[in-house]
Amino acid sequence: MTDSRLPTGVALITLILLAGVPLSLYYAGHIFWLDIFTRAVVLAIAAASLNLMLGFAGLASFGHAAYLGIGAYAVGVPAYYETYGGGGMIASYSGWWHLGLALGASALFAAVTGAISLRTRGIHFIMITMAFGQMLFYLLVSIDEYGADDGMTVDLTSQFSHVDLSDPVMLFGICYGSLLLLLLLQYRLKHSHFGRILAAIKQNENRTRALGVNTFYYKLTAYVLAGVICAYAGVLMANFSTFISPGMIEWTRSGELMFMVILGGTAWVFGPVVGAMIFVLLEYFLAGLTVYWHLPFGLLLILTVLLFRGGLGGMLQRIGATRGEGQS
Amino acid sequence: MIAVQTINGLQLGILLFLLSSGLTLTFGIMDLINLSHASFYMLGAFVCASLTVLTGSFLLAIVMAVPITAFIAFVVEWSIVGRLYQRDHLDQLLATFGLILVADTLVHWFWGPSGLAVPLPAWLQGQVSLGASLFDPAIVIPTYRLLVLGFGIAVALGLFWLVGYTRTGMLIRAGASNRVMLSALGVNVRLLFTGVFALGSVFAALAGMLIAPVTEASIGMGNDIIITAFVVVIIGGVGSIKGALLAALFIGLVDTFGRAFLDVLLMQIMSSQAAETAAPAISAMLIYLLMAVILVVKPQGLFPPAQR
Amino acid sequence: MLEVSALSKHYGGVKATDQVNLNVKAGECHAIIGPNGAGKTTLIGQLCGELLSDAGVIFFQGRNVTGLPMHRRVQLGLARSFQITSVFDDMTVLANVAVAVQANRGHSFRFWRPVSRNESINARALEVLRLVGMEVQHQQLAGALSHGERRQLEIAMALATEPQLLLLDEPMAGMGAEESNAMLAMLQALKGDITLLLVEHDMDVVFSLADTISVLVYGQVIETGSPAQIRNSATVREAYLGDAG
Repeated sequence: MTDSRLPTGVALITLILLAGVPLSLYYAGHIFWLDIFTRAVVLAIAAASLNLMLGFAGLASFGHAAYLGIGAYAVGVPAYYETYGGGGMIASYSGWWHLGLALGASALFAAVTGAISLRTRGIHFIMITMAFGQMLFYLLVSIDEYGADDGMTVDLTSQFSHVDLSDPVMLFGICYGSLLLLLLLQYRLKHSHFGRILAAIKQNENRTRALGVNTFYYKLTAYVLAGVICAYAGVLMANFSTFISPGMIEWTRSGELMFMVILGGTAWVFGPVVGAMIFVLLEYFLAGLTVYWHLPFGLLLILTVLLFRGGLGGMLQRIGATRGEGQS
Repeated sequence: MIAVQTINGLQLGILLFLLSSGLTLTFGIMDLINLSHASFYMLGAFVCASLTVLTGSFLLAIVMAVPITAFIAFVVEWSIVGRLYQRDHLDQLLATFGLILVADTLVHWFWGPSGLAVPLPAWLQGQVSLGASLFDPAIVIPTYRLLVLGFGIAVALGLFWLVGYTRTGMLIRAGASNRVMLSALGVNVRLLFTGVFALGSVFAALAGMLIAPVTEASIGMGNDIIITAFVVVIIGGVGSIKGALLAALFIGLVDTFGRAFLDVLLMQIMSSQAAETAAPAISAMLIYLLMAVILVVKPQGLFPPAQR
Repeated sequence: MLEVSALSKHYGGVKATDQVNLNVKAGECHAIIGPNGAGKTTLIGQLCGELLSDAGVIFFQGRNVTGLPMHRRVQLGLARSFQITSVFDDMTVLANVAVAVQANRGHSFRFWRPVSRNESINARALEVLRLVGMEVQHQQLAGALSHGERRQLEIAMALATEPQLLLLDEPMAGMGAEESNAMLAMLQALKGDITLLLVEHDMDVVFSLADTISVLVYGQVIETGSPAQIRNSATVREAYLGDAG
């Protein structure tokens, strides 16, 4: 049996740092850092939702950023209509309406595209999810009213009665709380009846079916769940950046989400959080260093894949295991 | 109009075929999903653009750019891609995605952030009149488009000859259906893989060279079309060159016609204002919807390879 | 129990199975033998629903299951074991069997309570493990088991689906003498409770277990009969046993 204390310890410390560092810096006057960390937390939610498919069920979706877009446009489009008129029933500043729209639209998109792409496996699945993501991208690019490929600004954040999302500390708190809740949810899910069936599908789908499991519905459930959670992250993202564009959902964004998950380690519920943090910090420091920051970034990606199997989570577990052996 | 759009659609189809034939080959033989194809498409365009400026001849530039891109492909295969064959598809995808980032940045560093235009020689700049058809009083087509079409068809024929009638082609076909058998036959599998990767990459680069005079070379130019090439590969059936050709032409025509005529078609069934709003959105999604429909009917694509 | 008529499957021009007729009676152990490439694996695939047939019908307990997907057939009581051991390596032995128990108990769309503390599922899984003599190892990771133990676990997983008919695809494959004997004893014990359809190369095993034997050559059943009939059949000797020397 492997020792899981080390990964758990790292997870707890990361969670404390994730809240402590930006808030203390913010109150010390370095307002900017709260932005960086809010972004990291939102991306962590998106990456964690991807891990629900990738890590739990072995479904390598390469179009996951599409759901960030659905969530973001579910905020931007109603707000746009409310400001400039038109849009009929859709127009609203209400946060609950934005959330409902985001979750409903993402569930529908996930159910339809999932039902088609889950009929295939392996390389087909990867390419098809990528293509569906790109379909949404081109759809948004083609709509001039929403700014086409330039996107549009969100003039007013989603309105809730007791919560003001335009307050950066409040927004960070909401994002951070959502992340904690999601991690708890995923931890429970991983060890639930459903989670075990997903694990079985990940290891050997054919065998799972030969035990009498209709694997399709389990995969589809995971697929829809992941999409809906990611759309929620999209709602947060739109309120945080107050600017939305099709660029949010280009397939390269999906690749970045994938990178975060792999970097952190798929077998670890907490992996995507670590991955997202490293990603955002790297992006910030490298981009400050040089305009050519994609170069070290790309090389890092290649090296991660070639040398770094199982991501950070896998590494921590190995270190924990060897230390455990040494002590006994 | 229809004849011109047909030529445009076929030209797009040929470009897509050049891109997707390499993808479908590398997947069929090496079980490799390769995003860096997009980078070779871009590299081909930039190398060709620079050489055209340097030598003053577009055709000479193409001739010189082919070995250069082939060499780059060799280096990339030897250093990185060759280590990915035994890995799962996800690893391949991420590593080749990393390659795209590296390539985009290197091109940015070397050629600068803005695009690079490729001047055409005078004799290619003109237009050709092809007479009239039932729908068109006069068909006038840019000479260069015809050249692209002809060249693309020639390359496609060359590929079919290579795969269908040569010893190398026999090995490629054998590899696509049974990888283990190849090494049992005493074939240097590593060398064959390198060769196929380079061949596919050169095809992608050729597509980039051909399109450069039309759109100019720009950073990330391959990142969009690579997904369309994926759609072609999926529809055609992963691993099938014949499928890639037919699907590429089909997608090229559907996409072009959709963008050109969908608004007119929609006006027959809805108000012209609604049609003008809906047409761009639908035509943007058209090929993906098509893919979805085909996959519902045939999850393995139109020409699934025989039993592995 | 199982009635198969005119079942066929083609790959390109090759007929893997060609007009196969088969009648497995309730409670018996029916063995299918035949040389390599006779189409046994294809036939198993068709029966369990992994492969769709090109022609022919399959009736299971009087019900036409020809077009049903694999998981539905399992739910009706038609389970299989795999020739190449297919267990979930990263799970404990208990969890491996518990997946099958979960499937047997209906849906698993339960997202909150830890499944490892579901005592009713655990108890049933342990019961099945006891049946194959593996309850001692139930905490071990399946990946850490010996080859013979993995084969046993494989059978246990199939048993946990509570099958009426169990398709055994070469249960002895790759086993040593001692392991084979243990497996043989286990199958002897199962016989009678569950109808068995056995595909096996080891003739000693076949002749000591089977009540009926069908011989499959080039995708066709050339003879069906009792072990004694098959042993003495001239057709079989010529087509199959003769070839084997």
